[in-house]
Amino acid sequence: MKVLVPVKRVLDYNVKPRVKADGTGVDLANVKMSMNPFDEIAVEEAIRLKDKGVTEIVVVSIGEQKAQETLRTALAMGADRAILIVSEEKVEPLGVAKLLAKIVEEEKPDLVILGKQAIDDDNNQTGQMLAGLLGVGQATFASKVELASDSVTVTREVDGGSETEKLSLPAIITTDLRLNEPRYASLPNIMKAKSKPLAQKTPADYGVDVSPRLTTLKVVEPAKRTAGVKVADVDELVAKLKAMGVAK
Amino acid sequence: MKTLVWVEHDGKVVKDATLAVVTAASKLGDVHLLVAGSGVDAVAAEAAKIAGVGKVHVADDAAYAHALAENVAPLVVSLMGDHDAFLVPATSNGKNIAPRVAALLDVMQISDILSVESEDTFTRPIYAGNAIATVQTKDAKKVISVRGTAFEKAATSGGSGTIEAVASTGEKGLSTYVGSEIAKSERPELTSAKIIVSGGRALQNSENFHSIIEPLADKLGAGVGASRAAVDAGYVPNDYQVGQTGKIVAPEVYIAIGISGAIQHLAGMKDSKTIIAINKDEDAPIFQVADIGLVGDLFKIVPELTEKL
Repeated sequence: MKVLVPVKRVLDYNVKPRVKADGTGVDLANVKMSMNPFDEIAVEEAIRLKDKGVTEIVVVSIGEQKAQETLRTALAMGADRAILIVSEEKVEPLGVAKLLAKIVEEEKPDLVILGKQAIDDDNNQTGQMLAGLLGVGQATFASKVELASDSVTVTREVDGGSETEKLSLPAIITTDLRLNEPRYASLPNIMKAKSKPLAQKTPADYGVDVSPRLTTLKVVEPAKRTAGVKVADVDELVAKLKAMGVAK
Repeated sequence: MKTLVWVEHDGKVVKDATLAVVTAASKLGDVHLLVAGSGVDAVAAEAAKIAGVGKVHVADDAAYAHALAENVAPLVVSLMGDHDAFLVPATSNGKNIAPRVAALLDVMQISDILSVESEDTFTRPIYAGNAIATVQTKDAKKVISVRGTAFEKAATSGGSGTIEAVASTGEKGLSTYVGSEIAKSERPELTSAKIIVSGGRALQNSENFHSIIEPLADKLGAGVGASRAAVDAGYVPNDYQVGQTGKIVAPEVYIAIGISGAIQHLAGMKDSKTIIAINKDEDAPIFQVADIGLVGDLFKIVPELTEKL
């Protein structure tokens, strides 16, 4: 059984983003970049499914040359080979989903596991779009995955609790935070990952038009909150709450 | 412009999340609703009373009973010949369904909008709310998810929508609903609560969370939330989580107790009207966004506060 895991290179989640003064975007020069945290969970889940019948894990990333590093990280975690689709232009979720659909046609994976959202765009779209384009089942926000030979049962995090769905294969899954705890790549595995295959492609190789549908007119910082006050004790806090009408 | 709004419901009542979407949709043009489900006459009748609503399309079929995206998306697409935009609340259902619809229509979705600037221009948060982007779409049909806390709720009465049955697009056989576990709570729902009391890792365990956070919440009639750390540590179920990957809330008052204030948590609550922080670390980032801060030991402060209220 083959699993495809798309991964994205994003600003590290610990870094506070800085909005560029000219309003064109967030400053990504000389800042730490990492694999999107939800994608790490997706890679980890694919690896854990290896003793449940998964024989090959292919990771794919779409973006600038440097996304190679992200793919090498996934290979060091335990993926078998990688595909990088190089695009110096930003590709929107719709374009990404179209490219992934082409790769799915070519690779014929039984399962595609994606992160539920990338922490840069916060879109939460790609997995669902891919499932729509392929006409297959989707289980978003997965917190538990049970794989059988011809189906997958997924517990999903939904508003108010959890929900379980069963999908026939092939299927698309997107990971939520609580699906698993991703492993760290060991040094020997990082070394080994350097010799694992990594194919390079371009969107044109797949005949997919990835020109953007959305234009970002400007990016600004959110309104700053005005500085607050510190109170000395509970009595003062109670008085404030009463003044606000929160407490009687 | 004609808009189609996904009505979020539980089979019995229209959920609040729908109301903010109606307001957002009314800024674009005529508001039509879609009630999809099984045995949803009562929901449709309630939906038709929402102020400003025109047509209410009702798709009653077992295939829609659990809002499975595989069945619902083709239904929405079948209605998009007559509509220019499809709007959903950014709930788990909305986020599950809308991008599938967008892909079938070959358009880019605009996620989690904060405002409608014009018919094709919207603002939305990126990078966990650390930046606000203004985006313009070139697509003829628009698919949009709406952040509930960013728009006023439409009135639940005064409307006179006409109810119209729509043909089912049927069961696609790609997925099956197996079951669900929905947490029962007597407290106000997090995303619509006026006051939220939220606890973090500093509570140390589940017992403390229940014995310290909940009495204060009950005294204030507040909803109870938690940071990711508290959820990961198993103090409370994960639907309590407030943040970039949990719920986005904007209550009148948000009381953060034993929460340091990581970027990802702030993303979920920094639009609250008043933020109150109780933390023993006076350098905790939460104090940079708090309107009122109290530095000290929550195990002493919170019971005292509950007592004095």
